[in-house]
Amino acid sequence: MIDPSLRDLYQEVILDHGRNPRHYHALENASHEAHGHNPLCGDRVHLYLKIGPSGLVEDIAFEGKGCAISMASASMMTDLVLGKEVKEAKILADAFYQLAKGEPVEAHLRPEDREQIEVMGGVSEFPMRVKCATLAWHTFEAAFEPKDGAGQQALREAMSE
Amino acid sequence: MSNSLLTLQEKPVAASFDVARLREDFPILSRQVHGKPLVYLDNGASAQKPNPVLDAMAKAYAETYANVHRGAHFLSGTSTIAFENARASVRRFVSAQKVEEIIFTKGGTEAINLAASCLGATLGEGDEIILTEMEHHSNIVPWHFLRERNGVVLRWAPLNTDDSFDIAAFAKLLTPRTKLVAVTHMSNVLGTVTPLTEIIRLTHAVGAKILVDGCQGAVHLPVDVQALDCDFYVATGHKLYGPSGIGFLFGKYEHLKRMRPYQGGGEMIDVVTKDKVTYADPPHKFEAGTPPIVEAIGLGAALDYLMSLDRAGIAAHESALLAHATEELSNLDRVRLFGRAPDKGCLVTFETAGIHPHDVSTLLDRAGIAVRAGNHCAQPLMERLGVTASTRASFALYNTHAEVEALVRGVRDVLEFFQ
Repeated sequence: MIDPSLRDLYQEVILDHGRNPRHYHALENASHEAHGHNPLCGDRVHLYLKIGPSGLVEDIAFEGKGCAISMASASMMTDLVLGKEVKEAKILADAFYQLAKGEPVEAHLRPEDREQIEVMGGVSEFPMRVKCATLAWHTFEAAFEPKDGAGQQALREAMSE
Repeated sequence: MSNSLLTLQEKPVAASFDVARLREDFPILSRQVHGKPLVYLDNGASAQKPNPVLDAMAKAYAETYANVHRGAHFLSGTSTIAFENARASVRRFVSAQKVEEIIFTKGGTEAINLAASCLGATLGEGDEIILTEMEHHSNIVPWHFLRERNGVVLRWAPLNTDDSFDIAAFAKLLTPRTKLVAVTHMSNVLGTVTPLTEIIRLTHAVGAKILVDGCQGAVHLPVDVQALDCDFYVATGHKLYGPSGIGFLFGKYEHLKRMRPYQGGGEMIDVVTKDKVTYADPPHKFEAGTPPIVEAIGLGAALDYLMSLDRAGIAAHESALLAHATEELSNLDRVRLFGRAPDKGCLVTFETAGIHPHDVSTLLDRAGIAVRAGNHCAQPLMERLGVTASTRASFALYNTHAEVEALVRGVRDVLEFFQ
């Protein structure tokens, strides 16, 4: 019998994103790209971004391979970030890390965004899986920090817990 | 707590083998995980420890502890005796001729690195080392170092389609350029047991040496390095029901005598002056610094414990668990089992169509079942199998048929959950 706590982690919307990831393709005219890798578990996310002159995320796409959590998180992240300023997206990233670790979210978020990231909140009860959920967000941030591997950041985070 | 998993009737495999009795020796097996009885099926990664090991280590710290091979005081003497008795246990366990052929290391990985580093000094450009496609990274990367540093060429012995070792293809790789063959005794992913007698005979016929990685094999298969005529044999304590932080390298004395030391420091020297150093004899030549004393004593206790059991009975029990798990998992749609070699150790590695092993592992964990998910430190093999990760359930002497049933039920639930 499946343990009920698993429904907090694998919510229906997460399973759906995992099965049918949004924006799952390459992007030809990307202005930014980043590759995230969790060497300990093998999850991989390759992120493509088209950033407009004003810093707006005009287009976003990803490809990758990994568990349901890492793929769903990447898919949900692309939905959330598309059409936002990079600055605002980074605030969301920080909020996501806090949520994934079960810490209170400091930033003031739009209610619809908060609702979106809270879907992933269940991962805080599964410490071994936090790095799966945060990989996509670290990859997003790495796209603006040349040469730093997002996987390494996610790994450091996982190890510091 | 009485373990409810034992309420099912266990099929007796040998009169002297009583799994319910043996489980009492392993205190951790009676605990619960997430409110469910622990079903520990990650033994290939590390096995649990019986009371004789826990007691020996506690006693060593409480009653006999001091540094070894140093000082003339009473405790140094008792500690040294306990430490060297552990070496004698290892010698008996692998049927080596001399205790001096047993070098303590901090694990299997260090044992292979030691061998590679010390043998590497005599290898150069164009010399060849043969590995198999199913080696663990610890029996790959140290040899890559020699490829990078000395220009040694690595050759890869392939597998048959049923994942058994392809002895004919291996024989073709052997040439006068072959200097060393490094091969697993039992694959940690496929369970494949290698035909060591034949491999070693062929290896010696071209004048090469052989190193056997017994980290998995030594746990489940009899080891007789003299009968095998093995040059080097490696194993690790924590998979042998002993502590972590200790392993060993067996090497034929004639080889060890000729090899350069590994690390420099205390205990490995004979005479040190300002412009000259001479080295101790094996095994101390390879054991610089204070060794993992109590870990070695714990390993000795683990091996004494294993040798006191009916090992043929254990082997029969483990084969029965393997047959049971293989049959039941094969019946599940969307589960693909890897490793169908006729000579196979007791583990099952499988892929669940469309479901990532980490999700499988998380779900099983909440049912109290511990399995391994990932690439199993064998990326070249995973590449051959065409997967990036898989799930592995690996059995030990204390596992039961009821636990196999729990695993199969758990996998069935996972398949349903992600339907």
